[in-house]
Amino acid sequence: MQLTQLTIDAARSAVQERKTTALALAEAHYARIQDEDEQIGAFLTLCKERALEQADRIDRMAAEGKPLPPLGGVPVGIKDVMSTRGVRTTAGSKILGHYIPPYDCTAVARMEAAGAMVLGKTNCDEFAMGSSNENSAFRPVHNPRDLSRVPGGSSGGSAAAVAADMAVVALGSDTGGSIRQPASFCGVVGLMPTYGRVSRYGLIAFASSLDHIGPLTKTVKDAAIVLRTIAGRDPMDATSADLPVPDYVAEIVKPVRGLRLGVAKEYFGEGLDGEVRHAVESAIDRLKSLGCEILQVSLPHTPYAIPAYYLIATAEASSNLARYDGVKFGLRVEGDSLDDMYEKTRAAGFGAEVRRRVLIGTYALSAGYYDAYYLKAQRVRTLIARDFAAAFERVDCILTPTAPSAAFAIGEKSDNPIAMYLNDVFTVPANLAGLPAISFPAGLSGDGLPLGLQITGRAFDEETVLRVAAVLEGAASFRHLPSFIAGA
Amino acid sequence: MKVTEKDVAYVADLANLELSAQERAGMVRDLNSILDYIERLSELDTSNVEPMAQVSDRYGVDESKQGSERFAYASREDVVEGLRKSLPQDVALANAPDADGTFFRVPKVIER
Repeated sequence: MQLTQLTIDAARSAVQERKTTALALAEAHYARIQDEDEQIGAFLTLCKERALEQADRIDRMAAEGKPLPPLGGVPVGIKDVMSTRGVRTTAGSKILGHYIPPYDCTAVARMEAAGAMVLGKTNCDEFAMGSSNENSAFRPVHNPRDLSRVPGGSSGGSAAAVAADMAVVALGSDTGGSIRQPASFCGVVGLMPTYGRVSRYGLIAFASSLDHIGPLTKTVKDAAIVLRTIAGRDPMDATSADLPVPDYVAEIVKPVRGLRLGVAKEYFGEGLDGEVRHAVESAIDRLKSLGCEILQVSLPHTPYAIPAYYLIATAEASSNLARYDGVKFGLRVEGDSLDDMYEKTRAAGFGAEVRRRVLIGTYALSAGYYDAYYLKAQRVRTLIARDFAAAFERVDCILTPTAPSAAFAIGEKSDNPIAMYLNDVFTVPANLAGLPAISFPAGLSGDGLPLGLQITGRAFDEETVLRVAAVLEGAASFRHLPSFIAGA
Repeated sequence: MKVTEKDVAYVADLANLELSAQERAGMVRDLNSILDYIERLSELDTSNVEPMAQVSDRYGVDESKQGSERFAYASREDVVEGLRKSLPQDVALANAPDADGTFFRVPKVIER
């Protein structure tokens, strides 16, 4: 048995049936991190003691013949924007380079309560701001499928860890595509749940009205298992919805016959890679053959999503990041006065992209520009949400590409903020409307790079999104394993 | 050029960010290119469109109420340590760059 190539159920059953142990699974993944991560850079911090303590707990349960919880013995990575008690949490930033949270993020606590072993914290763009992982203050992440390319961002470390078999599952966060775009670039599954479905308590805030936590996994079923684990009301997060959590695992095996799938013409304009277009067409053929109805829909305000997003996200970020002032936690650079200390601390602690976004956000909220920029963007957000509402009167979910192209080269877009922002053109609309969306591997480009497709659904209808992705993922027929692995 | 170096200096001051002269010039260029791109929002007539600050009002909201009353579902009893115990003082101060065991210490702000 290849211990680092298992799905959640396979890993859990193997431990339950005593074919292996949680300890062996943890050790196998740490060995793989030891061997491969120097060239990939997916992990920022490892917490072996914590993982092995959990392994021991799970192995004792298995030895006593007790049924294991759903993630019993499953090794996971956690994006370094989620707080972990006693384990350094940096958000990819120098300003939190030595920060040790005094409490756990709810999503992490729920994963561990369900038996998961937290191996460590995964690399990301600083404060989750970026689409390439080049904005990490510590080191860039390399795409396991082609080390000269970016893994996507901002959850690039989480996507790379799963793609390179250094974790079975990872948690990521998604504010404008930060789970789905790296999933697409690395050839794994990435699910952004509905806004309110998963508690954000303990998530280091970027843009609070757009931030989501969700899983990156090797299969759609694994995404369903993780979502079932982390979803549901949390009194510690007032934005978490008090709605029942369906059994997603049971839902995804239901047939897709009769479902109405929308294809939005606005997602197929110029700039879209021919191979990506082909992947969408193949998926459409497959859905038709399974008895789905394909309908053309229009989301006319799509071209305005990126500009609206970059005003709203930066405005919220400028406010959320005001807390990093060198007083209660994080870096401090001494100054002549309190203000001088604030300014020097923030200048030394924040990287270039974070400073750029804080300045744009501050500008958009400043006197004289608030109505023209921030309020205008919020009105456009309403129009984008209405586009989706109208489309969902006719269809059950919408099929689009996840990103305009496969993974690009490291350094290719790092000097041009706009070119970088345009990577998120297909993912940002779901954040603005707060809708669930999944990216799953749909094929390989001519260069052997993964291509992802995205299914977007109605609010709180993750079941349908997962169900459609589940019938399409098999059609891609490529192994998620990166080619550099010896003997793979 | 919508944004000048003076604007950037003003905004950097609001945001408590110290920028070198070279960084300031780079930010002038970046902010102008980003704001030029954002300018396309003015193509849309939004005079009769309500702004949307968040999407949380899709569930649990009492439509018959106004203001914060609409979000009563998210409220809780106002009790000390209602959701969890407060952090002990030493834990709350553990990450502080400078603390004296009781307070966070900062540069002097009041002259007397």
